[in-house]
Amino acid sequence: MSLFISLTLNGEARDVSIDDPRVTLLDLLRERLALPGTKKGCDRGQCGACTVLVNGRRANACLMLAAGLDGAQITTIEGLARGEDLHPVQAAFIEHDGFQCGYCTPGQIMSAVGLIAEGDAGSDPERIREGMSGNICRCGAYHGITLAVQEASRRMAAKEEGDAA
Amino acid sequence: MKHFDYVQPKTMDEALASWEPGASWLGGGTNLVDLMKLGVTQPQRVIDLTRIPDLGEITFQQDGSVRIGAMVSNAALARHAGFAQHFPMVAEALLSGASGQLRNMATVAGNLMQRTRCAYFQEETAACNRRTPGAGCDARDSDEELRALLGASPACVATNPSDFCVPLAALEAQVEVRGVNGTREIPFADFHLLPGDQPERETALEEGELIIALHLSAAAAGFARHARYLKVRDRTSFAFATTAAAAALRMEDGIITEGRLALGAVAARPWRVAEAEALLVGHAPDAALFGRAAEAAMAGAEAPAHLEWKIDLARRTAARALAMAAVGTPARMPALPASPFGQQNGDLAHV
Ligand SMILES: Cc1cc2nc3c(=O)[nH]c(=O)nc-3n(C[C@H](O)[C@H](O)[C@H](O)COP(=O)(O)OP(=O)(O)OC[C@H]3O[C@@H](n4cnc5c(N)ncnc54)[C@H](O)[C@@H]3O)c2cc1C
Ligand code: SF4
Ligand code: FES
Ligand code: FES
Repeated sequence: MSLFISLTLNGEARDVSIDDPRVTLLDLLRERLALPGTKKGCDRGQCGACTVLVNGRRANACLMLAAGLDGAQITTIEGLARGEDLHPVQAAFIEHDGFQCGYCTPGQIMSAVGLIAEGDAGSDPERIREGMSGNICRCGAYHGITLAVQEASRRMAAKEEGDAA
Repeated sequence: MKHFDYVQPKTMDEALASWEPGASWLGGGTNLVDLMKLGVTQPQRVIDLTRIPDLGEITFQQDGSVRIGAMVSNAALARHAGFAQHFPMVAEALLSGASGQLRNMATVAGNLMQRTRCAYFQEETAACNRRTPGAGCDARDSDEELRALLGASPACVATNPSDFCVPLAALEAQVEVRGVNGTREIPFADFHLLPGDQPERETALEEGELIIALHLSAAAAGFARHARYLKVRDRTSFAFATTAAAAALRMEDGIITEGRLALGAVAARPWRVAEAEALLVGHAPDAALFGRAAEAAMAGAEAPAHLEWKIDLARRTAARALAMAAVGTPARMPALPASPFGQQNGDLAHV
């Protein structure tokens, strides 16, 4: 079987051939499209290391069959910065020490971008912790992660207000 | 993962025609793809339902009932303002399940059809009657905590892990299914089957049938002011229920006129007992009353010695859910949905 899908990957149109329906989005990104920023932890939806945005919503790439994604817009950690300008969530993670080893970090950051877009948590730390519970950090950097998401959420809301004014 | 043939039908007719024995329907894939990786499920063909039009709509009808398309995501349903206002405990249960990422992917139908989390079911080398009929049951004499206290059989002691299904049972949802012979509706109470001597038969769906929608009545929305879901788990968030309960009351002048109570994680389907609900009617909310109702709901519960605490925990979960429902539905979804921790109440919804 060979199947062609078209993706918008980090803003760029890509035609991808899928020769095996078992290929997940995670394996497609890492093994075939040279985008190893998205990490594989559990491969079972339990850790969040593989979080990417699919059509603007956060999802676990390890449980998605790539064959089903024709027409989808995918954003990975590689697609977040604008040149040298970091995304506000990336910058906040650095400022607040939102990591130690860094393995869970791409997933944490993509999940935070998704959570902020969902708009339910705002800068309430309890809602942020609940909203980020699909991302496990083995180093236990949770305190810094919560502060970083709070900060990024505040800055992005302020920027939006500024842009609207 | 075993090889399979992948199809993505564009219409319902095409989907029904692509069915063959040994095929699996694919929703969000959060359960199916996981089980395929483990080798627990080995479909010959995977039929992806995500491109069929009209399965993704939430429609309120003239009479106040709602029809929820099978492919609506768990997150979209929980966040739909009209839905969450009319059926707050369903939204709360959905938001207490899995993670933000998984809820974006998981569908309504997939949630109803998700398989048990029994560890021996998921372990290919263990004996499991549900996975391999006649193989035996390694869970029965194990220390597995996700074990049924009610409605179990010598063949299988697994539980249904869904949070969503617990309030759906309490509110008497209807499941609309479609097969080559047409469409039919299945009352929620008949949808999930107890194991008996055929634990491999899990639902009332026939071969080749698929879920196309879920219905909740206008009467079910009548509980919106006093409806809560409570879920006890090993960690604060992102864990399956150890015990859970959905409680809904209709009150007039401080007196309960109708009560609904369903327990989760204690049986192979959400557990609802008519006598327990009847006890509530005509009384003012009261801890002793809720204790008696919880006792009645758990009548006949059995557990091995090391799990007796779970019977007690299930009773207390039910009594506490009733007490929370009596206080009233919070105006805003709690920061920790369905959790016994954190701020529970605050402003109450007067819808
Ligand atoms: C790490 C993790 C944690 C979780 N925690 C929770 C939790 O706390 N609470 C909870 O309730 N759930 C939890 N879940 C389970 C999750 O809710 C289910 O996996 C999800 O709801 C399944 O939906 P899906 O659309 O992804 O289904 P799929 O994986 O696509 O399918 C699941 C099953 O449904 C069948 N199916 C799909 N669509 C249809 C249809 N239209 N008609 C008939 N059959 C169909 C499939 O063939 C398959 O057998 C968790 C899952 C994971 C991976
Ligand atoms: S309890 Fe049921 S699902 Fe678990 S091992 Fe026994 S037969 Fe299988
Ligand atoms: S690798 Fe996908 S959730 Fe762990
Ligand atoms: S920083 Fe090491 S796992 Fe999170």
